[in-house]
Order: sequence, then structure tokens, then C-alpha cells
Amino acid sequence: MTSEQSLAGRRIPLVDYLVLEGEPHLVAHECVTCAARYFDRRNACASCEQAEFRVVDVPTEGELRAFTIVSFAAPGVPVPFVAGVVDCGGTTVRGNVVNVPPDPEHVRLGMKLRLTTTSLGTDAAGVEAIGYGFEPAA
Amino acid sequence: MAENVWILGIHMTKFGKHPTLDPVDLGVEAIRGALADAGLRMRDVGVLAAGNLMGRGGSFGQQLQKQTGQTGIPVFNVANACATGATALRVAVMAIRAGETEVGLAVGAEKLSGAGLLAGGAREAEGDTWAPKGRFGAVAALDGRVGTETMPGVFAQIGMEYGHRYGGTSFELFARISEKNHAHSTLNPLAAYQKRFTLGQIMNDVMIAYPNTRPMCSANCDGAAAAVVVSEAKLRTLSLEQQRRAVKVSASVLTSDPWQEACQVLPDVNTLTRVAAEQAYEQAGIGPEDLDLVELHDCFATAELVHYDNLKLCPQGGAVDFFNSGATWRDGTTPVNVSGGLESKGHPIAATGIANVWEVATHLRGEAGDRQIAGARVGLAHVIGLGSACGVHILEKAAV
Repeated sequence: MTSEQSLAGRRIPLVDYLVLEGEPHLVAHECVTCAARYFDRRNACASCEQAEFRVVDVPTEGELRAFTIVSFAAPGVPVPFVAGVVDCGGTTVRGNVVNVPPDPEHVRLGMKLRLTTTSLGTDAAGVEAIGYGFEPAA
Repeated sequence: MAENVWILGIHMTKFGKHPTLDPVDLGVEAIRGALADAGLRMRDVGVLAAGNLMGRGGSFGQQLQKQTGQTGIPVFNVANACATGATALRVAVMAIRAGETEVGLAVGAEKLSGAGLLAGGAREAEGDTWAPKGRFGAVAALDGRVGTETMPGVFAQIGMEYGHRYGGTSFELFARISEKNHAHSTLNPLAAYQKRFTLGQIMNDVMIAYPNTRPMCSANCDGAAAAVVVSEAKLRTLSLEQQRRAVKVSASVLTSDPWQEACQVLPDVNTLTRVAAEQAYEQAGIGPEDLDLVELHDCFATAELVHYDNLKLCPQGGAVDFFNSGATWRDGTTPVNVSGGLESKGHPIAATGIANVWEVATHLRGEAGDRQIAGARVGLAHVIGLGSACGVHILEKAAV
């Protein structure tokens, strides 16, 4: 079995804080000392300066705290799309708002959202990349 | 108590398209203008702080010296995103307050005409296999897939977040802020654009990132500004005319963003501005109610609204009512961006944090021509560089 065959059909998350196993969800690095949460690789906590973190699950449902509808972006970025900031039970997450028409009549501040996954396509080795977004929960 | 610092000379080039000038040409024009305004020469200057964010960062100050006077003084080449100019001024002021020199020179210059999107303007090339990299272990570019990295989009969300927290915002409200600044710009001959837009024209223009249409975004352009600052002791040795036109730097503050929940998800431009404003009011011994004019960082119409609140021009949460009262128009109680602001005057990044000080100083000197705010004695200049850095300077017309 070549490595290419072994990869075919496999999935990989767009970002390492997206967990695909089981029910897809996001995870954060939580500071053991002060509970500040981060999504990136950490050296130390920007809030309390300690350097110990644990991985915690982030709720998959939330509320839209801010958004914009991007109509002008770099070549290769499909527009329009809705970029937003979602309050997931106290943890703030950046993500696109998907499965909703990208206009201010359908995208509303405070709307209830839930995490969903999207396919980015399959690479040369047959691996599918999976991204995330938030869709209307109602 | 450190010594008072005064602006002795200050100059801003015309903002706009300067196809035949490079950043050095623009910086030199600003420096020679500021020195002439001060009545000093390069050999009188003890420290130079220089910024040119998008290009010659490493030795920009030395390149300017080679065209204006190589006197061997220390040069600080500074970079702090859109607060680069304010940072240069802050360095010059700090050197004088520290007692290291009596005369400082700060300059910022930028060539930005036709630059387009400054972040998120190009998507990184992607390989043919998914390979995690970077601090998020991302297998592909995140701009457009996990929110937006474009400035119009980031600042749109900042304005929308304010609306979510306090209510009262709308596409039309943000557009009316832009309408004000474009109306103000018609009186400013140095503005890149001096065109008045109707509300309908603004709302129906090209949408960039809702709710920011094109005229609601800062204008990329070329320009430079420079300031000569002196110690109070030095000022006392100069002519009465120089003393009369000098403008007191009552506060010079630079902050970065203190950690707040979610500040690494959506940039928090509020906390560091509030902190800078508080420090500046305390340093100056004056309050927001004393301000005769404010130049604040309206990189987007959505940003101007939140800074009314952050600079404490209104009660917390009251920015919408404050704007709706007409307070920030040039005939209002707290005129904001009578220069036309970044949306029409333009935003040549490294120049901006000195150009807004020039605008305020020019009013305090009574030399602002058709757009003069009558009797202006106190003004505030504010900039934000995303990342973030915030510069606030409070200037006063005062007797030495």
C-alpha cells in the first residue's frame, strides 16, 4: 500500500482547533491559571503570563456579535461572503456565517447560530480538507 | 515633572497623487517645510524620528538626512502600523522630556496611491497537498474562509459590534458620518478629495464590506508631514513671533492594547484608545468638554463612531445620540475631522499621525483659512494602528 492510497478518503481540518472526530466542534487553549482562551499555538498567556494550558471544548451554538458582508477581497476569495464574530457560550470565535443569503435582511446581529462544516476540496493525495462556519440555528 | 514641549514648526504636504515624487521627496518637503515654519535648520535638531511603513523602514531617516542635512544626530526609524507618524512624534517628545535634546524632528511619509487593500489584498499561494502550517495549523489561507483579514471588513465588524452592544446603528447612520467628513473636506485644499457626496451617493456607491461603501473607507494616497518640537527652555530663547505661533503639546501618549477577552479574535481598538484618552486628559489637566476640535482616526466610517465613545466625547454607549445631535459637524459643539478625515483628506499611513497634529495646530494658530474653527484653543489628535497602537496628542494655544 503506497502512502498515497493510505491518505485517500482521509479528512483533515482547515485549522488545528477544529476537531472532526465525532460531532465536529472547536477547541481552545485555556490558560490553567486565569482561564483566558486562545485558538492559536501559545507560548504564554497574554493575560497572566503563565505558560500552562489545557484543551477545552467550545460550545457549538452561539450568537452573532458582529458581522460584515465582504464584497471586495483578494483575487481567488469568493465574494460576497459573511464574516462574523460569534459568542459561543462566552468564548468568542471568528468565522464565516454560511447557509444564509449574504445580505443584511437575512444576517442579523444577535441571531442564533450553530457550527457546521464545509468542504474545501480534495488535494493531490486524495485528502479532503474540512473547514467550519456558522449557520442559522433556527 | 518633565519639561513642557512645544511644537515650533509643522508642515503637511498636499495629500493625493504625486506620481513624480518618491517617499524621500515627500519626506524632504515636509521636513524643509517644518524647519522653515520653525525658523530653524537641520543643524539645530538633536534627534530625528522617521517613519515610512510600506517601504524604506530600515533607514528612511538616514535617507532623508542625505537630502536635508547629515549632522550626525541619532535617528530612530519607527514603525507602528497606522500610528507610525504619532510614534515618531512621541519619540521626539520623549527625547526632549528626558532632557537629551532641546529640539526634535518627527517625520512620516508614504506612497500609497492605487495600493488597494493593504491586508487581505492577496491570497497566499496554496500547494497541491494540504499541509498544516502557522500558529493555527492551517492547511489553506484563512482569509475569506475564517472571517476576513481586510481592513474594511475588520473595522466594519468593530462598528457593528458597537451597534450590537448599544443599539441605534444602521447602514444609514454610518453613511451619514462619511457624509459629514466629505462635506468638511471641501474646505481643505490639502485634502486628496474635496468632493461633497449626498447620502444617497455614499450608500449607493460600490460596497466594499457592509456597511462600508467605498467613500466610507480611508483614501489611499501619497503624502508626508513633519513637526519640529522644542523644550520650553529653548522656546524662551527664540523670537516673540516664534513664541507666539508655538503650540503647546499638553499631552503625548502612546498605548498598546491591554489584554481583553476576545481581543485576539477581533482586534479591540476600544480599550487602548480609552486608556490613551484617559492618560492624555490627565496629563493635560483638561477634559473632553474643553476640546474645540478633534481629529480622530476615521480609517472607516464605522471606526469614527466608536472613537466618539473611546475618546469620551460622549457618555459611554452614547455615540449614536452624540452624532445625531450634530455635535461633530464643524458648527457643532465638538467638531470632529474638520480636515475631511482619512475618508477624504486621505491616509498616507506614516504621515497620518503627524498630519492630524498639523490640522489641530493650524486651527490653534488661527491659520486654517476657510475651515478655521473660530477661537480654537484646545484640540486632540488621535490615531490607531491595528495590532495595535494608539497615539493621542492634546495641543493647546498657550502663552509660554
